[in-house]
Amino acid sequence: MPNLKDLKNRIASVKNTRKITKAMQMVAAAKLRRAQEAAEQSRPYTERFNAVMGGLAASVGGSGSAPKLLSGTGSDQVQLLVVMTSERGLCGGFNTNIVKKAKTHAAKLIADGKDVKILTVGKKGRDQMKREFGQYSVGHVDLTDVKRIGYTDAQGIAKDVLARFDADEFDVATIFFAQFVNVVTQIPTAQQIIPASFEAPEVDATATLYDYEPSEEAILADLLPRGVATAIFSALLENGASEQGARMSAMDNATRNAGEMIDKLTIQYNRSRQAVITNELIEIISGAEAL
Amino acid sequence: MADTMQFDLVSPEKSLASGPVTAVQIPGADGDMTVMPLHAPTITTLRPGVLRVEASAGTTEYVVTGGFAEINAEGVSVLAERAIAKGDMTADDMASMVADARAELNNVKEVFDNQPGPVDDAAKLLADMVAMGDEIGLSAK
Repeated sequence: MPNLKDLKNRIASVKNTRKITKAMQMVAAAKLRRAQEAAEQSRPYTERFNAVMGGLAASVGGSGSAPKLLSGTGSDQVQLLVVMTSERGLCGGFNTNIVKKAKTHAAKLIADGKDVKILTVGKKGRDQMKREFGQYSVGHVDLTDVKRIGYTDAQGIAKDVLARFDADEFDVATIFFAQFVNVVTQIPTAQQIIPASFEAPEVDATATLYDYEPSEEAILADLLPRGVATAIFSALLENGASEQGARMSAMDNATRNAGEMIDKLTIQYNRSRQAVITNELIEIISGAEAL
Repeated sequence: MADTMQFDLVSPEKSLASGPVTAVQIPGADGDMTVMPLHAPTITTLRPGVLRVEASAGTTEYVVTGGFAEINAEGVSVLAERAIAKGDMTADDMASMVADARAELNNVKEVFDNQPGPVDDAAKLLADMVAMGDEIGLSAK
């Protein structure tokens, strides 16, 4: 049986842990609110952008002159997987879930005889992918120094991806991130960004016919790279909110577990204290009786 | 005839302005254009420049870099990659934007080995940036 001093130390240390996890939960809650706000504020842009792109893509996409970013290279041999995860751990299954999704996808592609290239965003994903798929890695984007995800960060990643595409390094690009539903639910998602697919708006008779300045094709060529950046940006924001949500619930669980542990240890401590007292009493009484 | 229309200015990071306006001057890729209510539906890309919004409350000006504008029966939506209210624009912002454009030009020159297309585009972007700087009185040194 552990002695009283050990138990006391143990309780003190678990109490400290609970304080830390409680604080982390609070920080995550505050950050989550900010991340959610950022995600909400970017939504009008993304929605309108996709609506316009959908219309453009529907009208130009059919013709043979559609840009490669939209129509694809005509092959799907080389696949680029962009795995987006967080820079920090202690957020439950958040990173593992994304990586698992990406790994299943990669394994399936390899089994189909495709070439796989992996670009990781976020340290945790890189570390986890390295074990099994290290040899497929083509690069890593570090966002450790980024406090608040801005559009420029997404543009940086998009530029990297597009440069590889222009150099014919891959045919299809897919991003992996966690879609934020609520604090307890984040869905790991795979989204194909190159060739781009936009939901075509429902074509009805009242659809507006737009004038295009300059030409439809020129606008499309100008906007498609931006579309990649926009998709990456909204994925980053979703990821940011998901990460904080996951951390919040993980830390909430940890706090609760610590509380339970403290209760258990306290009971154990009290029992052993009483046992010690009883023992002492027995010793004293039996000593007195012997006289 | 309607004398105002709905105007929205959104950047990827946030929505900057929304409300009824009487006219919007857009720095289109093919030249400036002023949009008033009942304008023909148009989609145009933007060059770096000044976006002038006239509402009943007065005129507001924004500095925008690339993006596009959608004009339809309901009004105008400007989706700018970067948009800053003109008053908030500082010489440092300007300098960094021009520096970015210049770096891009040099980069493109190297990558594309002076092929006319992309290099011209980047050069135009830089020229537009500088012109915009002159217009708002924050010329880059």
